[in-house]
Amino acid sequence: MAALSEFRVLRPASAVDAVRLRGEHPASRFIAGGTDLVPNLRRGLVSTDIVIDLGNVGEMREVQRSGDTLRLGAGVTLATLAADPTVRASLPALAQAALCVAGPTHRTAATLGGNLCLETRCQYFNQSESWRQGNNYCMKLAGDTCRVAPKSSRCYAAFSGDVAPALLALGAEVELLGPQGIRRLPLAELYVDDGMRWLALGADELLFAVTVPLVAGRVSGYEKLRMRGAIDFPLAGVAAALTRDGEAIGELRIACTGVSSRPEFVGGLDALAGQPLDAAAFATIERQIKRTIQPMETTTVSVPYRRRATPVLAKRLVGRLWDEAKRR
Amino acid sequence: MKTLLTLSVNGRPREDAVAGNALLIDYLRDTLGLTGTKQGCDGGECGACTVLVDGEPRLACCTLAHSVAERSIETIEGLSHEGNLSRLQRAFHEHLGSQCGFCTPGMVMAAEALLRRNPQPSRDEIREALAGNLCRCTGYVKIIESVEAAACGSEVPA
Ligand SMILES: Cc1cc2nc3c(=O)[nH]c(=O)nc-3n(C[C@H](O)[C@H](O)[C@H](O)COP(=O)(O)OP(=O)(O)OC[C@H]3O[C@@H](n4cnc5c(N)ncnc54)[C@H](O)[C@@H]3O)c2cc1C
Ligand code: SF4
Ligand code: FES
Ligand code: FES
Repeated sequence: MAALSEFRVLRPASAVDAVRLRGEHPASRFIAGGTDLVPNLRRGLVSTDIVIDLGNVGEMREVQRSGDTLRLGAGVTLATLAADPTVRASLPALAQAALCVAGPTHRTAATLGGNLCLETRCQYFNQSESWRQGNNYCMKLAGDTCRVAPKSSRCYAAFSGDVAPALLALGAEVELLGPQGIRRLPLAELYVDDGMRWLALGADELLFAVTVPLVAGRVSGYEKLRMRGAIDFPLAGVAAALTRDGEAIGELRIACTGVSSRPEFVGGLDALAGQPLDAAAFATIERQIKRTIQPMETTTVSVPYRRRATPVLAKRLVGRLWDEAKRR
Repeated sequence: MKTLLTLSVNGRPREDAVAGNALLIDYLRDTLGLTGTKQGCDGGECGACTVLVDGEPRLACCTLAHSVAERSIETIEGLSHEGNLSRLQRAFHEHLGSQCGFCTPGMVMAAEALLRRNPQPSRDEIREALAGNLCRCTGYVKIIESVEAAACGSEVPA
């Protein structure tokens, strides 16, 4: 194992200081739990001369409820998130997604912010230096051709975080802290459909917090396709949030992960409001998901399988939530 | 560039000059000579490097040494007292939870964290707590039985 490249570690005590340091050192990287960044540094997938450790920023580890909104600091660990009583009771999709990430020894360190900013993944990229060299590298790093789509001018590396689809389905917003202060945007606008530049985060911006509305009567959940029951990134993941008016759908929101370069909110489901959850509704769900997702050969598992399995996950999940909503 | 790192390892306060790019596992193994903590993969995949940071299980191979400044670290070497294995270590020994032994320090530390938090875990809770730890030898059954034996209070012979 090659030694890590040389870098210094800075440990600011406030988010404002972290942003200032990031601005002063353009080649720096933030580190939170380190469970994504450190393996990537070790494989030479990212390089940096200064690592800004967010671990001392206490204000980013707070969970606060005010009225109908839950505000989660970006530094909250996934273990804390999955165990939080409000998250478990009111935002089960978020609790389930957090619990699906990696293994328990990762989740004690892994943070919400790190999960949302996770580096995109591809079977040709997440490899050792010697492996990538043997394959003449690829466009995402040090090469000029995409191995997945050789004629393509873009990279299709997959966004593979589990938490983002849950937050998209739940209608979350993010707070970004920059030198000018905080700006808020819907979580969907944090992402770009490009495996090499998947975040619309300014060079000197920090993901500071996430706010999630608490909607009465809404049920939600997360389903994940993976090879093993733990320590495995999603081959596909689907989150859904549902309200039910008697025998009709109130609102249905679905989002996917692992099947394009950004987490995808599935549009075109508004027309289902007021309709029963019947075969036609399931057909609409399947069609809209297939229109939205674009799985590519970024994993060893076949593209047609992931394409077919994603709507299946969604339909199973929606069916389960439908019954759950009735018992409420 | 090395800077001073202050922390506690197995109950002892320490102050060492440590490079910014040093991982916690490198610091433990190379600076302190605590080679019980194992490196089983190239980062985050296997759990062999599991140590406790303020009582919580953490992967020492994914953690920068400077990120745990001022924290309390426990490694497998800290579990035995005056040369006697801890109850959990003895259970692994008696119930054949260890074969080649490479995964064992990580398994024991992850199980130790579980038993402190939940002294009477169910079989599923044990499996869940060890889900991030891979073993190529035992097939896991003996490992789970070892943790159960340590938990259920059945006398583990010294
Ligand atoms: C074996 C293994 C299995 C895994 N399985 C999964 C899985 O199943 N699902 C999954 O989602 N993930 C998985 N992961 C990836 C990772 O563990 C998680 O995504 C984790 O939540 C990352 O959070 P972190 O705090 O450790 O991030 P870090 O590694 O600290 O950071 C990740 C990235 O986000 C940036 N960043 C961190 N915080 C901020 C912030 N506040 N503002 C701006 N940028 C920030 C960092 O600069 C870095 O680029 C796995 C990792 C490993 C090693
Ligand atoms: S999608 Fe293409 S360019 Fe992107 S990481 Fe994979 S092989 Fe490389
Ligand atoms: S050495 Fe494999 S997870 Fe740390
Ligand atoms: S005992 Fe050999 S790897 Fe577990």
